[in-house]
Amino acid sequence: MSPAGGTGSGTPGLTIETQGLTKRFGHQVAVDGVDLAVPPGSVFGFLGPNGSGKTTTIRMLLGLAAASAGTVSLLGMEMPARFRDVLPRVGALVEGPAFYPFLSGAGNLHRLDAAGPRTVPATRRARVNLALERVGLSHAAGKKVHAYSLGMKQRLGIANALLSHRDLLVLDEPTNGLDPQGTREVRNLVRSLARDGATVFVSSHLLAEVEQMCTHAAVMSAGRLVAQGPLADLRRAGHVRIRLVTPDGGNARTVLTRLGLVPEGGGVEPDGDVLLAGLGAPSADGGHLPEDIVGHLVGAGIRVRGFTMERESLEDRFVALTGEGFDVAQ
Amino acid sequence: MPSSIPAELSGAAVQQAGRAKESGFSLMLSELRVLFGRRRTWALLLALAAIPVLVAVAVRVSSTVPPGRGPAFLDRISQNGLFVAFTAMLVSVPLFLPLTVGVVAGDTIAGEASHGTLRYLLVAPAGRVRLLLVKYAGALVFCVVAPLTVGVAGAAIGAALFPVGPVTLLSGDVIQPAEAAVRILLIAAYLAVSLAGLSAVGLFLSTLTVVPVGAMAATVVASVVSQVLDQLPQLEWLHPWLFSHYWLGFGDMLRQPLLWDSFIDNALLQAGYIAVFGALAYGRFVTKDVLS
Repeated sequence: MSPAGGTGSGTPGLTIETQGLTKRFGHQVAVDGVDLAVPPGSVFGFLGPNGSGKTTTIRMLLGLAAASAGTVSLLGMEMPARFRDVLPRVGALVEGPAFYPFLSGAGNLHRLDAAGPRTVPATRRARVNLALERVGLSHAAGKKVHAYSLGMKQRLGIANALLSHRDLLVLDEPTNGLDPQGTREVRNLVRSLARDGATVFVSSHLLAEVEQMCTHAAVMSAGRLVAQGPLADLRRAGHVRIRLVTPDGGNARTVLTRLGLVPEGGGVEPDGDVLLAGLGAPSADGGHLPEDIVGHLVGAGIRVRGFTMERESLEDRFVALTGEGFDVAQ
Repeated sequence: MPSSIPAELSGAAVQQAGRAKESGFSLMLSELRVLFGRRRTWALLLALAAIPVLVAVAVRVSSTVPPGRGPAFLDRISQNGLFVAFTAMLVSVPLFLPLTVGVVAGDTIAGEASHGTLRYLLVAPAGRVRLLLVKYAGALVFCVVAPLTVGVAGAAIGAALFPVGPVTLLSGDVIQPAEAAVRILLIAAYLAVSLAGLSAVGLFLSTLTVVPVGAMAATVVASVVSQVLDQLPQLEWLHPWLFSHYWLGFGDMLRQPLLWDSFIDNALLQAGYIAVFGALAYGRFVTKDVLS
């Protein structure tokens, strides 16, 4: 689960590393022993349903909230102790954009840039204009933010993250409120940032988005990190499953169990019961070839009326890890 | 979209700035720009400026003010317009000045939290201690500007509606109008110092909530409570410790020679409040989880 572990904080090479990161609010555990490992240069998708602890984790990464237990290291330095050295190199969009409604878009960026102790005032105007241009907001730079649409505020939030050269970008739901065109632009922007050598940590609940732009991902559920790694591995770790349709449900279940599979009921169709069973990684030892399974079933006198193999999508994998439906994990 | 930031605008320049330039200057400037750039602050100052205008117009349109009625100095306005400034400053001490200072001081941290900009300031990273100091300094600047507004507006409207001449002080001495103007500035300074303690209370209350109106109201209530307690003879032992105790003591600025005793006592008391509530605000804010 947690590759490239290490004992002390600040394992060389990892851009973000947390160990046993925990946050309690009273008796409620919002984040529970999270060990994140974000390699440099990656576009890292941080997935999880609403309420799974993503934003709380991000707040602890950035030193906005104190961890109840565990350590955080960003860019090889301990947080929050070394925030002065770390945060100027980090651009962040946390839980949606937030601005002074009575200031213009450019005015807001000037204000937030001035808040950084090491930003250079001489280049401020140029950097603000460039950041606005990068998110396509130059035309609205002088407009008061209270007149901005949600999508424009979102773009301005991203512009704020791009005010200086950043080695790490932490973007919490960056495409929230954006139209399809804006979503595409953000995706391209993230790719171009990664190309320039930045590490991008993107939280999202949009799986398609993560599949399209991320190289790595981690999945949170109910405050715990339930999976983490390169996207390809995660998807492969989703394995393959068989879908069997047969009128002899009970016997088929026995046969499959004897083969070491764990069949689950998948409903009833006109042709019989539906049974689903994960196959395990195809290359793993002891994995069954699908044709062998059919052979065993037929040999046991089971009427096989349908047999298909299904590769789980990232979405299936996500649902398998985090549960289904509207029961937001507490 | 251009894909990269030109080198001269990027990291190298940021690092070069180094620790030597890590001051609060840029942030302080930006804080003042935000504070005095917003309409609310101007509305507060306009409301303060309206007090001497109301006083002056009321005296102008009424035939005579019987001596000894109404606030001190009121009966002298028709002979000397500069007394509009003294009267207005006196009138605004119990409620109007604490009200405006309560709005500004209560808004310091809670206002940022309610906008959500607090998290972006901290990620910038403004630094919690630095941000707290800058916020308090901004509130102090308002404490200077607010009584100054009353005094200057008072002198201006007084000079416009009434004759201006030598001023008879409380000690009986007579000073020229130019020196009277200096006394107006001295009283404004006295009131600015008086409000510094209340600002510290407001700053602390502002770290407790994300609802700025709550912090503002609590700050104003604190000033009212302090003044009420100061009126109760049963609590006489407490009076010298109340931050509003010397608020009306600026009469010493109207004596010849100047008496600095109440100014100094007041300043020491306010410094105590700044120390205590500054420490409380610090203790609260540096450990606070910013979840808004």
